[in-house]
Amino acid sequence: MNAALKLPVEPWARRLVLLEIALPVVLLVLGIYAGLLQVLFRAGVIQAAEFWGWEYYQALTLHGIVNAIVFTTFFAVAFGNALVPYALGTKLPLRWAWVSGIMMIVGTLMAAWAILAGKASVLYTFYPPLMAHPFFYLGAALLIIGSWIAFFNWIPLYLRWRREHPGEKTPLAVVGMFATFIVWLIATVAVAVEVVVLLLPWSLGWTQEVNVPLARMLFWFFGHPLVYFWLLPAYTMYYTMLPRLGGGKLYSDKVARLVFMMFILFSIPVGAHHQFAEPAISSGSKLLHSFLTFAVALPSLLTAFTLAASLEYGARQRGARGLFDWIVKQPFFSTDGWMFSYLIAGLVIFIMGGISGIINASYSMNLLVHNTSWLPGHFHLTVAGPVLLAFLGMSLHLLATYTGKAIRLKRLAVAVPYLWLIGVFIFSWGMMRGGLHGEPRRTNLGMSYLNPDSPFYHPEWKLYVTVTMIGGIIMTLAMIAYFTVFFATALRSRTKEPAAEFPLSEAYHDEPVGALANLRPWVITAIVLIVIAYTPMVRDVLRGTFSNAPGYEPHNPAPVNQIEQLDTSP
Amino acid sequence: MDRIEKTVMVIAIVLLVVFFGAIVVAATSYGVDVPTCVTDRKPFVESAPPFKTSDQPLRYEVHTVARMWMFDPPEITVPPGAEIDFYLSSADVVHGYHVEGTNINLMAVPGAVTYARLKFDREGSYSVLCHEYCGTAHHLMAGTIVVSHRAMEGEQ
Repeated sequence: MNAALKLPVEPWARRLVLLEIALPVVLLVLGIYAGLLQVLFRAGVIQAAEFWGWEYYQALTLHGIVNAIVFTTFFAVAFGNALVPYALGTKLPLRWAWVSGIMMIVGTLMAAWAILAGKASVLYTFYPPLMAHPFFYLGAALLIIGSWIAFFNWIPLYLRWRREHPGEKTPLAVVGMFATFIVWLIATVAVAVEVVVLLLPWSLGWTQEVNVPLARMLFWFFGHPLVYFWLLPAYTMYYTMLPRLGGGKLYSDKVARLVFMMFILFSIPVGAHHQFAEPAISSGSKLLHSFLTFAVALPSLLTAFTLAASLEYGARQRGARGLFDWIVKQPFFSTDGWMFSYLIAGLVIFIMGGISGIINASYSMNLLVHNTSWLPGHFHLTVAGPVLLAFLGMSLHLLATYTGKAIRLKRLAVAVPYLWLIGVFIFSWGMMRGGLHGEPRRTNLGMSYLNPDSPFYHPEWKLYVTVTMIGGIIMTLAMIAYFTVFFATALRSRTKEPAAEFPLSEAYHDEPVGALANLRPWVITAIVLIVIAYTPMVRDVLRGTFSNAPGYEPHNPAPVNQIEQLDTSP
Repeated sequence: MDRIEKTVMVIAIVLLVVFFGAIVVAATSYGVDVPTCVTDRKPFVESAPPFKTSDQPLRYEVHTVARMWMFDPPEITVPPGAEIDFYLSSADVVHGYHVEGTNINLMAVPGAVTYARLKFDREGSYSVLCHEYCGTAHHLMAGTIVVSHRAMEGEQ
């Protein structure tokens, strides 16, 4: 493989990207520990409400917020801050990039304090009327708005590049990152409204009650596109880097662009597929959102073909013959192109993640699995599969290139994704099989259903929770190996000049792209689709909701405003 | 795009259309459907054990209130073959209502009423689990549906 183009990076841009990579990786240590606790609690190994000061639901909140919201958002921003200027051959404007970074850090610390202090055990979906400390909501808002500013900071770079390169195709890496943040921007408007307009004034005591079905609709307007916000930076790596790491070329540049545009179109108007079991939404709206979810499966099916074709092309260039030889001839264990292992292991996991996702989207079939442990089994094959592994691989790559330090323990680094793959497959098998037998998600099973002394004991789940625990322990070992490599590399001395360096692929079929060259028509169509999908749902929610609800703290069945009245009465 | 890519795209679309078609057929021809928006019932905090709403012998209605951390009524008993209209309401936060091994998988959301119908043919005891996090003692929130001939005798 030829060396990738190296571009110098200003010291303060380097420091920002490194900070935005290092902070979430450090927090991830806590998040992974909280994950390990989950499988131990659920398997009945820990039969208590808390372990070493961490309560089960508090640890679950931390696990979800740190791993799925904080780590992913920071990574997407850091990756864009590095990749967008690199692909456009320009520099990152520093002032607003730092404003964005500092807002995100302050927000994260506020929310982390609220969770660790036990004042926000509301899980990462923070469904009202369970109420958290105001810092939890304020922290979430700062994190989100900070990430918007990062995106706004790239837009002038893109517009200037378009002016200076008329008639040229926008670099695919930039299309990928812009698709990511367009989806994110539209989707997070809804959750920002939920948090800033509904929940924050309510948790401060300025308003007494909240419209719960409306808040839930706004959350899921955001909650599913969130999944594509996780996935699209990984897709950007798959399309722009995996073919080169596999020694080949991207099979089709045009299909790659089509896929990103389809994600802009279909990622958002799908939220009701998380709400099939709920009142205040008509079954017609649910069916429409189910249909649109099937539409958003299409780009992933196309991706499966294009990436396989790209890898096959590379292997055939190196002399692969016959029908299956090209699969074996991939550089699975190469230490030079070590990032290949992270991307390919994630893709293999995603085959199962995608199939189980189509099951979840299937309207009435969802009732079989809704809120059972099947669901976390499924999404650990997506967000803790391709997303996590691509982000871990790229975090290590950014650390190495931006500090100018060669990666330590490279063989261990290559082993991490395969160990993780084995762990997550075992974990998800246990979760999904248990779910089909009614095992609930987000429940401290060791206190009741997996405790032989409890009247609720379900011995038939013992096998599934035990298998899940074994998988969880293997996943933890893989992460310990990753942290070892990451911090051993971070703490060594510099071996080369720091520089931005990404192994960007060439295209095998590099055709003109026509209407795919412009983002605008796709964004406008996406907004039209959202209006069509959500107008009837807003109407349902307004006519199906009869009353608003006061807030509750998770440990007290009396509403918060009544407790306060009792406190102040003589 | 070359020929193979176009073929792949057509296969993918056909596959998804077949899947979706199967869902629509299940909903329209076999009545396998999801809860819808209920506008003619207000949320309630008073529960009601299974009661008859018509002359048909095995038709029942039950009003269940979910609250931190119990279902009210916690246990209901019906005869085999009973067809139950479930109305579910929450008195405080969001709860779940999953009757194990059945399609009754509902959310209890404050401010609205959730409705579903199911016929119980098999005798036995069905556990009902709250499967949505509802606070510190969420894992202790469960109930039972007993399908038994004795329910029939009790009525007479």
